[in-house]
Amino acid sequence: MTLDAHIVARRGSFETDLTLAAEAGSVVALLGPNGSGKTTALDAIAGLLPLHAGHVRVGGRTWADDSTGLPAQERSTGLVAAQHLLFPHLSALENVAFGPRSRGMRRAPARERAQQELDALGIGDLAERRPAGLSQGQSQRTALARALATDPDVLLLDEPLSALDPTTRAEVRAVLAHRLAEFDGVTVLVTHDPLDALTLSDHLVFIAEGRVVQSGSPADVIARPRDAYVAHVVGLNLYPGDPLDHSSVSTVLGQVVTSGVDHEGPTWITFAPSAVSLYPELPLGSPRNAFHTTVTAIEVLGQLARVRLATDDGQPVVAEVTTTSVANLRLQTGSRIWATVKATEVSAYPA
Amino acid sequence: MRSAFRGRGILLVPAALGMALVVLPLLGLVVRTDWGGLITHLRAPVVWPAIRLSLITTLTTLTLAIVLGTPLAWALAQATGRLATWARAILTVPVVLPPVVGGVALLLAYGRNGIVGAPVFEAFGWRIPFTPMAVVLSQLFVSLPFYVLAVEGAMRSIDRRYDRIAATLGASPLRVFTRIALPLAAPGIAAGAALAWARALGEFGATITFAGNFKGRTQTAPLAVYIALQSDPQAAIALSIAMLAVSIAVLGLLRGRWMS
Repeated sequence: MTLDAHIVARRGSFETDLTLAAEAGSVVALLGPNGSGKTTALDAIAGLLPLHAGHVRVGGRTWADDSTGLPAQERSTGLVAAQHLLFPHLSALENVAFGPRSRGMRRAPARERAQQELDALGIGDLAERRPAGLSQGQSQRTALARALATDPDVLLLDEPLSALDPTTRAEVRAVLAHRLAEFDGVTVLVTHDPLDALTLSDHLVFIAEGRVVQSGSPADVIARPRDAYVAHVVGLNLYPGDPLDHSSVSTVLGQVVTSGVDHEGPTWITFAPSAVSLYPELPLGSPRNAFHTTVTAIEVLGQLARVRLATDDGQPVVAEVTTTSVANLRLQTGSRIWATVKATEVSAYPA
Repeated sequence: MRSAFRGRGILLVPAALGMALVVLPLLGLVVRTDWGGLITHLRAPVVWPAIRLSLITTLTTLTLAIVLGTPLAWALAQATGRLATWARAILTVPVVLPPVVGGVALLLAYGRNGIVGAPVFEAFGWRIPFTPMAVVLSQLFVSLPFYVLAVEGAMRSIDRRYDRIAATLGASPLRVFTRIALPLAAPGIAAGAALAWARALGEFGATITFAGNFKGRTQTAPLAVYIALQSDPQAAIALSIAMLAVSIAVLGLLRGRWMS
């Protein structure tokens, strides 16, 4: 069961135009800022939004193209949104059995199928509860069970974990990862959270303003982001520039010395936040890249701190240092500080 | 009450007067009723046929309102176009129209020479005016809009995302209506039904114009009260008390929904 979709859809004056392809059993993560067209893409696959042009094909079957457009109830999908949207008047079991029943299964086997799916997601004992008696995490698991109980060809997850608190999110993420490993349909996961994308998916597709800006395996994308949003999501510093010679690149940060440039033409340079060191005075005598910056924000994550800086030209730089350094340097928002990066830590690749 | 009106003594005068205008007639009815002879008065020959006819016609009206009005309310709740806006406006007309005018309109539609009545008479030889069917048509004309507008409101407030989820699960539009919309709108349907039934029970103007006032055939309880007031006032009062009791019971059913 493969997914082959070219989605051209319009919502008001906003046009989405993107291509998605996925193999059976794989999970594609769609990432992008709010309003970039992620939900539009899901709705078009589900049949909840008509295609303006393009096609949606699943397995050998055409769900939508220029001449056809199957209604949502005739497409084999399962949809889970950020809100669980469980039918409030039905028990967890009845909610999950609703899909199989709608697709013509008799009552007893449908209930059996529903119970089996609830068991698989670890909430089999809550089958008789109404949604009002379920916790957030239990509700979202029930919603997942409901979407999976029809054995859909395509599972559509629209930020399924975003409304959960961090502890519950981790718990449901683990259950979801486990269940998706056994799922043989295609999963399209819309998310904001890099952790969801990296832990659940095989393929990342970044979109902005309705267009694909980068796609590839998580490893590819992390190594070589090609878009500021992508770099932000994977937590890298990314800047465009032009090579000056075999080691330096002219960028918005100024001239940057890299580990080596073996190409010509437009270039991206990246370095990890952990490669950035902070000093109160400009350190002398080392072949480093040094930028005079102002601290704009500090986030503490356990023993590490993520320090957001802005160069005097207003370019953002993210540094990751120990909380001890933050204390020793007496860093706070507005502090003036030198940020340095070793040349060997900066990689350059063609844009 | 006390705190809400503190320092606004001057406003209390018209407020109390307004309240009195509503309370006094009800008080009059209760005070002048011959409570000891209530049962005897209710046995007057004019009373039972009227109550019986009212029960039969209003329950028929209510059934038709639910069977026809619920799908209409669902269609309006889902519609977004101009047509729905017009449909809603037209449905509101009987709510504000003088009932007698409604009766005239019904006569011109279903009467012997009416736009529907004439062909029906040609084809089947049926006369609609001055029959129990005319009573039901009069009651439907005034009460169906109440039902539809109440149920539409309830259905409109159902989160549309439930329909979308149900569709992705394979539910046909009919299944979405029966399994999702109906149960979720149940309180609104109950409230609409109670309102519509109360309105049908009280129907007077359209009925007397279009269905006439034939004892046992088209003389419903409100018509019987009006007629009996001249011949047997205590029977009229007893029947009025019975209808007041029914109205209060309906109000009780609606309590907690539209009253706090």
